[in-house]
Amino acid sequence: MNNFVILPILIPLVTGIVLIFFKNNIPLQKWISVIASVATIVVSAILVQSVFTGGIQTLQIGNWNPPYGIVLVADMLAALLVLTASIVSLATLLFAFRTIGEPRERFYFYPVVQFLMVGVFGAFMTGDLFNLFVFFEVMLMSSYVLIVLGGTKVQLRESIKYILVNIISSALFVAAVALLYGVAGTLNMADLSQKISESGQTGLLTVIAVMFLIVFGLKGAIFPLFFWLPGSYQAPPTAITALFGALLTKVGVYSITRVFTLIFHHDTAFTHTIISVLAALTIVVGVIGAVAYWDVKKIIIYNIMTAVGVILIGVATMSTTSLAGSIFYVVHDMIVKGALFFLVGAMAILSGTFDLKKMGGLIKNHPVLGWLFFIAVVTIAGIPPLSGFVGKLLIVQGSLENGDYILAGVVLLSSLLVLYSVMKIFMNGFWGETKLSIQEEKGTTKGLILPTALLLSLSIALGLGAEWFLPYFNEAAETLMNPSIYIDAVLKE
Amino acid sequence: MKTNDLILQTITKIAIFIILAFSLHLFFAGHYTPGGGFIGGLMTAAALVLLLLAFDAKTVKKIFPFDFIKVAALGLLIAVLTGMGAFLFDVPFLTHTFGYFDIPILGHTGLATAVLFDIGVYLVVIGVTMTIIQTIGEDE
Repeated sequence: MNNFVILPILIPLVTGIVLIFFKNNIPLQKWISVIASVATIVVSAILVQSVFTGGIQTLQIGNWNPPYGIVLVADMLAALLVLTASIVSLATLLFAFRTIGEPRERFYFYPVVQFLMVGVFGAFMTGDLFNLFVFFEVMLMSSYVLIVLGGTKVQLRESIKYILVNIISSALFVAAVALLYGVAGTLNMADLSQKISESGQTGLLTVIAVMFLIVFGLKGAIFPLFFWLPGSYQAPPTAITALFGALLTKVGVYSITRVFTLIFHHDTAFTHTIISVLAALTIVVGVIGAVAYWDVKKIIIYNIMTAVGVILIGVATMSTTSLAGSIFYVVHDMIVKGALFFLVGAMAILSGTFDLKKMGGLIKNHPVLGWLFFIAVVTIAGIPPLSGFVGKLLIVQGSLENGDYILAGVVLLSSLLVLYSVMKIFMNGFWGETKLSIQEEKGTTKGLILPTALLLSLSIALGLGAEWFLPYFNEAAETLMNPSIYIDAVLKE
Repeated sequence: MKTNDLILQTITKIAIFIILAFSLHLFFAGHYTPGGGFIGGLMTAAALVLLLLAFDAKTVKKIFPFDFIKVAALGLLIAVLTGMGAFLFDVPFLTHTFGYFDIPILGHTGLATAVLFDIGVYLVVIGVTMTIIQTIGEDE
């Protein structure tokens, strides 16, 4: 019994509800949102520390013992992701204060962001498959609202595609859950894992596992299920894209990690080979898209796919080293993708366009913005002192130990092309001839530097203090490698 | 042409009480027989929709001067607070309890905190349904 576990879900939920009552008082909405976000960060940081010192924390909701009731489980992976997601959401709120505009704020922007966070945190911490589905829907419904809020033509078109794809994948999710319930007779993840270990993973269970891979792959945009991502993420304002890019696809990746390390880990020769092949193809498609486009937002959107592929390669390799690398890379990527979207958003505000060919010489008038972007570039490519390096190093190390030389090669080559794609933005956007003098610029960067600097300094700290943070990531990977730790924590008397 | 809907309006005035009574019955019957917050709320909303059909949006707004989005939010708040009430007794979130009380007219009655949660659901369903219908109805 530990009610502390539910606080990261409960704080944004109550905040979201309260904000509905203050529809027209926008300054008050901003204050409440920020206070609630800071509270969530504090609570989840305490949660991380208590998981580190005291082992997995569980909460049996309604005092019903698992597997009969719903159980919330905060293991190290979940706690770390909740902490990172809450930090990214605070930064996004700060960015949105300046950029989102009053018409959107009046129509429940801040409550919906809080509800989105409820879905994300809930999906990270639930220990029940159907509850995972419900939290997915909470998250997706909020994302539908955010993607269409404002009602411009392109948003309406893209939101129809986005909703259609997600409704189909949700239906598939329900079907997969139904099949699994038909076979195993339980939906509690720990209980499922135990039942499947006892019976061995039969052919039918492998089919269900692949169905889950398709469902979560649609949410997490892996090859060949990524087709909805570039258009949908292009449509809404940058603050919302940052929130989506940093959090939503990662929830899909997290679900794949959880399901394929805890429940379906008995037939790795089949399932994990599929995952690794798809992950490698995802990376390839991601870098092709990132290199091909001259639209700054599209370049970063395709970089999301590359990151998803890199993370999944670590998951498919299934060794403690590579899993620790994957978890490190998820945390790093959530932070740095948020920062990158803020930066290209700021560039677009200054030059009034997302087209890289129409920008130039921004560094002359905005040196801070320019060097922040340079730090983000170096971080995302994985240059040693910064945070992108450690994760990728561990993933490459893990796949080399397993003899997956092609996978390691793909990861290394992708770093080069990712570096090229973001360096292209830096060189064309910030260097060269200054196209707009300070008077001609379409907006200011006032208030946009702070959230970006917040995320990037965190990323630098994560890279420089890797030695200090690694025990946390190693513990998370240990728990994933030994499902019995999780099962014992949940099903204890 | 001016339509005459005297019959519809008169029948509505009578039928609406029957529908509302039935929806309350469904709501309170939920614990032991089919029913509950969701279907009860939907039925109440159906009564309000009948009013909307027989009269017009302005009249209904005069009879029920609520902002239905806030009704839904209030319902959510009640449901969450019911769950959080468990914190006071140092038991897990959403733990419910019940007891038997002697109430003057009803006599020996079982009261459960799950009903409070159901009131939340009831209000959310009414609020959401009415918001959808009013928003689409008022759209030009």
